[in-house]
Amino acid sequence: MKNYWKILYNGIVPGNPVFVLLLGMCATLGTTSSAYNGLMMGIATAVVLVCSNIVISAIKSLVPDKVRIPAFIVVIASFVTILQLVVNAWMPALNASLGIFIPLIVVNCILLGRAEAFASKNGVTASFFDGLGSGIGFTFALVLLGASRELLGTGKIFGATIFPEDYGMLLFVLAPGAFIALGYLIAIVNKIRKTC
Amino acid sequence: MLTYVSIIITAIFINNIVFAQFLGICPFLGVSKKISSALGMGAAVTFVITLATTVAWLLQVYVLNPLGLQFLQTIVFILVIAFLVQLLEIVMKKTVPTLYQALGVFLPLITTNCAVLGVAILVSQKGYNLMESITYGLATSIGFTLALWIFAGIREQLAITSLPKAMKGVPIALICAGILAMAFMGFSGIKF
Repeated sequence: MKNYWKILYNGIVPGNPVFVLLLGMCATLGTTSSAYNGLMMGIATAVVLVCSNIVISAIKSLVPDKVRIPAFIVVIASFVTILQLVVNAWMPALNASLGIFIPLIVVNCILLGRAEAFASKNGVTASFFDGLGSGIGFTFALVLLGASRELLGTGKIFGATIFPEDYGMLLFVLAPGAFIALGYLIAIVNKIRKTC
Repeated sequence: MLTYVSIIITAIFINNIVFAQFLGICPFLGVSKKISSALGMGAAVTFVITLATTVAWLLQVYVLNPLGLQFLQTIVFILVIAFLVQLLEIVMKKTVPTLYQALGVFLPLITTNCAVLGVAILVSQKGYNLMESITYGLATSIGFTLALWIFAGIREQLAITSLPKAMKGVPIALICAGILAMAFMGFSGIKF
């Protein structure tokens, strides 16, 4: 059991997909205009990641080595399609705000990366914890970036007012703010990692 | 005619795929350290996006829509793109080996470039006809190449600048990209 905690922890802190591995940048930048959007995108990606990791590690011995990448992509694309239909049916508002980034979970490097680096070599339970860890790490990064942008841009976090909106810098909600905020967050994480 | 001009200007400048739509960020950060490799990547992406958009449009209109299988869009498109990249690799190796060697490792990387899938999906959402789709695909990839080219020029300068340790590499590159995106926001004043 201790081993599984280690796998889980590894995905969240030392191998954080966004801040350390720098994967999945498109979704990270494109969906974090607010903390809520970042949280939802993180959860959506984590669900697909956990499901695809489980299935890929279960079928790994059945898939010939030469066609494993296309096979993995089909598994991931199937789960993304399921997610797309679910979000479309039950959460149309979320579907409108995340837009094209839901189908684009397919080409998120984190999913194929975990499938190739972990799930194709390890057992089902370990792969579940690996997917969960990376998913939580990704969600954490998205919420952090979304909250910083929302706070700097509109003075709110999750819609709760921290300071009046008039003092906010709208730039951080728009496209350039995404690049700048993420740049500074990664620099801060680098600084913390160096000192401890 | 004006429709096409408007599609081209919008896709290259106003709605630039990297700076306004956040697609294709991975190659944008990954292969922008040298101008020559940035241009190589731009050329390969232009080729694949234009081809993939055309094939995806034909499949959407003549296969998925008549059969009512729109929900399979994501799976079909990603398979088409992976297949096209493989095919392109084989064909180019046989017919134009010089270009194949020049593009090198960038070719297989394109499958996971979200700009390719993104443009194919955007075209079917916007409801363009075939000619408009091809124009949009081509213009978008020109916009991508332009962004990559400018950014590679900046990063060549950045490499010789002294910076605090924590800012080196990706953080400063992202902040520069943010300032570039601000410059591109200026184009949003153009209206058609």
